[in-house]
Amino acid sequence: MPINETLSQYSDYSYTTAAAIYVIALMFALIEQGFGAKGRLAAERSMQRSRELVGAGGPPVTTMTPAEPPREIGRPERIGRMGAALLVLAALLHLSAIVLRGLAVHRAPWGNLYEYGMATTFIAVVTWLVIMRKFPVRHLSGFLLLPVVILMFVNGTMLYTTAAPVQPALQSYWLVIHVSAAIIGSGVFLVPGVASVLYLFRAAHDDDPAKFAKFGSKLPAADVLDRIAYRTTIFAFPIFTFGVLCGAVWAEAAWGRFWGWDPKETVAFVAWVVYAAYLHSRATAGWRGKRAAIINIVGFSATIFNMFFVNLVTSGLHSYAGG
Amino acid sequence: MTTTEAPPKKEYRQTPLKRVLAFLRNTWRGLTSMRTALVLLFLLALAAMPGALLPQRNLNVAKTDEYIAAHGWWGELLDRTQFFEVYGSVWFSAIYILLMVSLIGCLAPRSLDYAKAMRAKPVLTPRKLARMPHHLSTTTDRTPEAVMKDTHALLKGWRRVEREEADGVRSISAERGYLRETGNLVFHFGMLGLIIFFALGKLFGYEGQVIVQADDSQWCNSGILGYDTFNAGLRVDGTDLNPFCIRLKDFEARYTEAGQANYYHSNMEYQSGEDLKTGAWKPYGLEVNSPLRTAGDRVYLLNFGYSPKFTVTFPDGTVRTNLTPWRPADEPTKLSEGATKIDQPGITDPIERRTRQLAITGLLAPTAFMHGNVLTSSRPEAKKPAVAIDIYRGDLGLDAGRGQSIFQIDQSLVEDGRLKKLTRQNLDQGQETVLDDGTKVRFDGVGEWVAIQVSHDPVQDWVLVCAVAMLIGLAGSLLVKRRRVWVRVTPGRDGEPGTVIEVAGLARTDQAGYGEEFQRISGKLVQGQRGN
Ligand code: HEM
Repeated sequence: MPINETLSQYSDYSYTTAAAIYVIALMFALIEQGFGAKGRLAAERSMQRSRELVGAGGPPVTTMTPAEPPREIGRPERIGRMGAALLVLAALLHLSAIVLRGLAVHRAPWGNLYEYGMATTFIAVVTWLVIMRKFPVRHLSGFLLLPVVILMFVNGTMLYTTAAPVQPALQSYWLVIHVSAAIIGSGVFLVPGVASVLYLFRAAHDDDPAKFAKFGSKLPAADVLDRIAYRTTIFAFPIFTFGVLCGAVWAEAAWGRFWGWDPKETVAFVAWVVYAAYLHSRATAGWRGKRAAIINIVGFSATIFNMFFVNLVTSGLHSYAGG
Repeated sequence: MTTTEAPPKKEYRQTPLKRVLAFLRNTWRGLTSMRTALVLLFLLALAAMPGALLPQRNLNVAKTDEYIAAHGWWGELLDRTQFFEVYGSVWFSAIYILLMVSLIGCLAPRSLDYAKAMRAKPVLTPRKLARMPHHLSTTTDRTPEAVMKDTHALLKGWRRVEREEADGVRSISAERGYLRETGNLVFHFGMLGLIIFFALGKLFGYEGQVIVQADDSQWCNSGILGYDTFNAGLRVDGTDLNPFCIRLKDFEARYTEAGQANYYHSNMEYQSGEDLKTGAWKPYGLEVNSPLRTAGDRVYLLNFGYSPKFTVTFPDGTVRTNLTPWRPADEPTKLSEGATKIDQPGITDPIERRTRQLAITGLLAPTAFMHGNVLTSSRPEAKKPAVAIDIYRGDLGLDAGRGQSIFQIDQSLVEDGRLKKLTRQNLDQGQETVLDDGTKVRFDGVGEWVAIQVSHDPVQDWVLVCAVAMLIGLAGSLLVKRRRVWVRVTPGRDGEPGTVIEVAGLARTDQAGYGEEFQRISGKLVQGQRGN
């Protein structure tokens, strides 16, 4: 079937608009984080929450007493809310960019590097929206949007690929399964990466309140950031594992071996091992906390490296058409 | 302020044997500790990385040699330290093996603990339930018996034990989430199996590539010599490959307007097992994502290309037709290069023969497009084939015993003057050129060849089984929550109504969310609802 140029054009418009609105939402979130009382209040509230949530070994706390601090809605908070609304709007546009691409090319819209980047950043944003509902972290949206916007920019300029069908090696239902698992895994992994960076700031501030005095005090409790990182990681890790496994099954059918240390396979393996190390570190005395956070950030770097640079720097079998 | 005294002399004598044993014990403990596992995991990740960044010999020899040549002593050093064969290197294997030992050392005691824990009853109800992270206490009109009954019903599916305490007080201790540890063990054992089977596959497997003309040509898996390239596992000497034969009938590629391939298909036939005796052939459609699986081997379609067809008419009237594969120099347009080498028939004297061999080298364009005087190809299909060739005569060096690339002539022979260039020509399909001695060379068009790969890995199904076990185990290990609930029921004084119910809970894994679950359970318990 021929490519539908019009839909592809609309997909591009949607993508660009989504990115632009993310930038605005990013700025709004930074305003709330920088000037709002919300940041501080949320930090205090989350401190309290974390005290309630500690499991084994925690101090004896009886049942929940969710003491909501008095709501204090200032201008920065209102801007923060608007930012969140814009975030949702941009995410919808982002989704429509993906869907339109798929309709334009009559296949799963993740057949080249550009489409892959588009879907991965979308997953990262959706994960963040879910986290925002469960934890008081709206004012931190800017820190997630920063990498998202940078990735979308690089993706939309350097890696842009016109809508086209895929080559024979990619014509397989494994494209849908393997690549979507990789996308979900990598996309979700962006969130713990950001949470772990913030954790390091908060932990440094907790150790020495003079450090990052302004910034650190407005972050949620280290415990909450750690929890966000852990929960998102254990969600993404099995999906990522599944993605690598499906990749091996597909490679067995397409390339003649299930594992051949192709650069993309190798970096996926490295990222996988690093996240396994992260999970281990949380069960190892002396490695919880800061070291675990650093390991998670290393995993995050490996994921980003794998998403873009491997395809650009090295020439493996994985280099998608036009990638 | 402080004075240090010499440490008191040890009383017992350290025999060498004891020292060795102590050393072994400490090494073993160190190796199997969680911290070592962590460090080894890191080293593994670090050691795997160069393989992604540096060219690897097993993937691309030419690129590796180029890299070494371009980087002088640094390239040499990397080469000597096995950075171009990372995954077979001594250091990578060392990390891999240490990790495996660590894994075994970690799994053995954990499996024993696990077996014990599976038979153990949930722990005693603590005396002071109010100290637990989650706690609720209330009084009800229901009788202790009713409360106990409801509690048992509610905690169905939990492992639980009821105990009598003093003064008619009864308690239930319940625990669930044992699958977490099960999953964790399944995961780690799966990984151990995967590592072992992966290594076995490397020992007993092989991989070979060969180019076959798609014009009813037949190829049989009879030995290493049948292949163009062959990678044997350490325990494979190529003497007893699984016998099977294939015959490629044709090859078809289709392209989009933009010249991008979107369909490759080769109609083939194959013979294996009994069919080899009876001579029967089975048909198969070979495509990129669907290899032929037969006789424990897999046959893949890797790539395709064109073979120019030249018809040479010698002055004595003998005719030779030749179809030699040329290799794509530019994949998107399949502009190809190669060397067709021809012996004049009927010459028996080896010395004379070596003055009369012909070589045709140059470029082949499936859809010719002249760029000034330079032949290029505008599309990958063979719509308007043409060649731009040099024709040589002389000694091709085929008898010299040195292996030669089928795509090139030996340039040193040209420099020696043993191979002389006669002419340079551009020929369209059907055109011919006449050499100085009257030999006619006609370009008749192109045929297709297909590059196939044969892969053999006797244990890859077991690798898959282990990988799936890992995945299932991992899901259990990460998603199942291990948690405890205790219920203590104290009857009202002197048989009065007013039973006191105390509920407490503890999450044994560091997951959030038990708070909500505990509230739900304890709420139901207190109200006497049954079922989860
Ligand atoms: C070959 C490399 C290894 C990998 C890739 C690996 C991977 C993992 C993963 C992904 C988990 C997460 C499950 C969870 O958090 O419950 C885990 C848990 C665990 N692993 Fe490993 N593992 C490896 C080797 C080892 C070794 C050598 C040991 C023993 C020294 C070990 C001991 C453990 C323990 C005790 C847990 C449970 C931690 C917990 O409850 O959170 N692992 N492992």
